Amino acid sequence: MFVAATVGVLASMSLAMTRALMGPTVYDRVLAVNTFGTKTVLLISALGFLTERPEFLDLAIVYALINFIGTIAVLKFFEYRDLGWTRPPEAGSE
Amino acid sequence: MVEFVDIALLVLLGITAFSILRQKNLFAAVMMAGIYSLLSAGLFVVMDAVDVAFTEAAVGAGISTILMLGTLALVGHSEHQPQHRPILPLFVVILTGAVLVYGTLDIPQFGDASNPAHHHVAPHYLEESEHEIGIPNVVTSVLASYRGYDTMGETTVIFAALVGVLLLLSLGPRPRRVVSNGQRISDTDSGKPVSEGGVEEAQEDTLQISPEEKTLGDTNG
Repeated sequence: MFVAATVGVLASMSLAMTRALMGPTVYDRVLAVNTFGTKTVLLISALGFLTERPEFLDLAIVYALINFIGTIAVLKFFEYRDLGWTRPPEAGSE
Repeated sequence: MVEFVDIALLVLLGITAFSILRQKNLFAAVMMAGIYSLLSAGLFVVMDAVDVAFTEAAVGAGISTILMLGTLALVGHSEHQPQHRPILPLFVVILTGAVLVYGTLDIPQFGDASNPAHHHVAPHYLEESEHEIGIPNVVTSVLASYRGYDTMGETTVIFAALVGVLLLLSLGPRPRRVVSNGQRISDTDSGKPVSEGGVEEAQEDTLQISPEEKTLGDTNG
């Protein structure tokens, strides 16, 4: 069962990769990278059960957190054109 | 099964690397670099190097993507046409890669229990570290105590690099100058915020550099 799960995750990884390759807009790529991060989390979890070492599950959870923060940072960059520490005053008044 | 996962991840890694090479839009290249880091993290997990995988995901996919985006805010979004053919650099890179691959031929077999790494000081660490250092986690006591000076040096290097990067990036972003389909649709040189519609269009992949930026880039390069 975990073999099927791993194969499925790898297949959806390649689908997300296709979207990241093709674009066409920046948002497609951001979403593709975010999806890819989620697939990595799932792959680590599935691999942990596949190799009978489910202790990796902690690591997968921390990956999910990093992925979330990374996506927020990327989107913040697209909104403000920088990462906040030199934000001009007019950009903050959304 | 693990071999199959290895092969699948390596194929995806190769595709990502080539797409980064061919990509002219630097935003897309940064996004693909994030995918590359996530894939290598997956490979490290397959090889049981969980801590390395964790560092790769945090640094490669997290921090360096953000730092590269901050850099793109300074230097513009698309790659310039190279002025020369990169024959000599390509030769040097291929030669270095060949030497490195030659160097790996001497490396002991992966995961072999008779490897030198498992017989030098590792048994001592595993058996004695709890009495000698008093920390239950062996990796932590090796990192922070047995190899404390090494860790201090690494931290100093990383701190210096961080200060340098922050100094460079804190120069501030370039004024937003976006040209879409040949038409300039937003320009904050006048100090006015960009309207919502302008933002919508400005973030498509059709970002181009204005002639002004191009000349700046050429004089720098």
